[in-house]
Amino acid sequence: MQNILLAIDAGTIDWSRAQFALTAIYHWLFVPLTLGLALIMGICETIYYRKRKAGAEATVVEFWKETSKFWQRLFGVNFAMGVATGIILEFEFGTNWSNYSWLVGDIFGAPLAVEGIVAFFMESTFVAVMFFGWKKVSAGFHLASTWLTGLGATLSAWWILVANAWMQCPVGCEFNPDTMRNEMTSFLDVALSPSAVDKFCHTVISAWIIGAVFVVAVSCWYLLKKRHTQLATESLKIGSVVGIVAALGAAMTGHISGQDVAKTQPMKLAAMEALYNGGTEQSLTMVALVSPFGQPDYQSGQEPPLRIGIPYFLSLMATNTLDGYVPGINDILNGYTRPDGTREPSAQEKIERGRMAIAALQAYRLAKADKNDSLAQAQLKTFRDNEQYFGYGYVKDKAQLVPNVPINFWAFRTMVGVGCLLILFFAIVAILAFRIPLLSVLTRRLMAALGILPETEADVHGATKLPCWLYWAAIVMVPLSYIASESGWLVAEFGRQPWTIQDMLPTWAAVSDLQSGSVAFTFFLFLILFTAMLAVEISIMLKQIKKGPEL
Amino acid sequence: MAKAGFWNQAFHLYYDGFRSMTLGKTLWAVILIKLFIIFAVLKLFFFPNFLSSHADKGHESDYVATELTNRSLNQ
Repeated sequence: MQNILLAIDAGTIDWSRAQFALTAIYHWLFVPLTLGLALIMGICETIYYRKRKAGAEATVVEFWKETSKFWQRLFGVNFAMGVATGIILEFEFGTNWSNYSWLVGDIFGAPLAVEGIVAFFMESTFVAVMFFGWKKVSAGFHLASTWLTGLGATLSAWWILVANAWMQCPVGCEFNPDTMRNEMTSFLDVALSPSAVDKFCHTVISAWIIGAVFVVAVSCWYLLKKRHTQLATESLKIGSVVGIVAALGAAMTGHISGQDVAKTQPMKLAAMEALYNGGTEQSLTMVALVSPFGQPDYQSGQEPPLRIGIPYFLSLMATNTLDGYVPGINDILNGYTRPDGTREPSAQEKIERGRMAIAALQAYRLAKADKNDSLAQAQLKTFRDNEQYFGYGYVKDKAQLVPNVPINFWAFRTMVGVGCLLILFFAIVAILAFRIPLLSVLTRRLMAALGILPETEADVHGATKLPCWLYWAAIVMVPLSYIASESGWLVAEFGRQPWTIQDMLPTWAAVSDLQSGSVAFTFFLFLILFTAMLAVEISIMLKQIKKGPEL
Repeated sequence: MAKAGFWNQAFHLYYDGFRSMTLGKTLWAVILIKLFIIFAVLKLFFFPNFLSSHADKGHESDYVATELTNRSLNQ
């Protein structure tokens, strides 16, 4: 933190970042389960509604009604525990990140206001109908309320993700040097930017995975305990289908998101890949010995030791062509020429132009105060000419522009690795749970060959039970999928460093001039509070799972 | 009449719903305790609006401008 010339406490930045990360990670424990369970309880109730309408047996109709109610109850527990955890992030904006808050106030105001209104009215209305309305409203209206509860939660996520996407790729705005705020010039550009759409799709679909894993895990626990087997078997089928579709969807949207990152945040991609020197026909690193302790020596240009890569795959992932150009960390710092002939300036050029922009901004405001209009206009022109690199004016050493490579590299591999494991897991569960002809026999034979399933005729043909280890694997998948989900956020946020707003505002310019001790104190206060709240949630959730459905 | 019926039904939806809650009572207790901690403790004592307390009202932009220009290296 040598870049701060004023008396900004260096620890303030680190503690403020740590506090924000802690709060965001905690908040994100609840959101994906809410979004995922909303989809599954909607599917369950739709089945109930269709069975009821088709005149199915009363016991069948009642079974699906209770199944829907059971998952709605668990949704309710998670929903209640997650309520207002996101508000703390807004408190932190106003206290710890006041410069940032002022700069983005006009952009974030609209999406967050829409989020607040939508969340309050949709969720408070339809959640109430969903929980209180079983005997009060028609089955059709109740079903609509259940889906609208999920839609409300998903729309809330949309606006939050729009705000986050804007920080990754600021569009649809213009900086006003008189008010020192970014003012929105196009609501649609902000709300529907490619970054926002990609982020929304990838994030929400990945949340469905969490919901699916949770449902499959709870179902497997019941099967292990030989309780509520019908509910468990049917829920397992729904969870596995949602899971496989969502896991494949997350892979697809992740690829699209990766291409967006390659365009808008090439340094993030380079850090994720530990790609020091880029070029064409780049291979995708599957694994390499990137030390988790400290920044690697990327300046040497030597690739990480023991690197195993898939030829051409990084170029394909980033550009959709096998020979596409992908810049590495050193290319971005030193400047490079794109395949279309345009040149990306070096970090040093950007730093110099950023300093010119800041100096011009200051001179403009002084000229305005002195009512010297001609000087003000001249300074404004200089500012606008260099505004694109404004944030670089705060950078002392170009090394500050490189995000933490080990965190990005390993968090990305954790997310993708667990994602691939989940595709395999859901595929096996779906094949065995639905007893898909041929495929289920093949899967059982393969597992028998691997020694993880006894090979008897009864086990292979006409076998109905899932192997016991798969039940335990499902339970283990719950923490693993959360780790993958949080890892995704680590990549998104650590990869953006040092920026709070990409190319516009580094963390050390965004932070408030606070004493680090006060921020550290509230960090530990949150740690205690969040741990206690999480313990309460897990306790209530486990109690409700043990209690089971009221069949 | 239809309007009155709707409001009556809406009232009873909430009234009967809240009265017959079981797990909901625990969840509401947790929510209310949490909201109290967040708004009456955290917000009030630990998270004041920094700009309100450091900049004159209506002159926040001047404060932010000074902060941002002074933090750059060419000062």
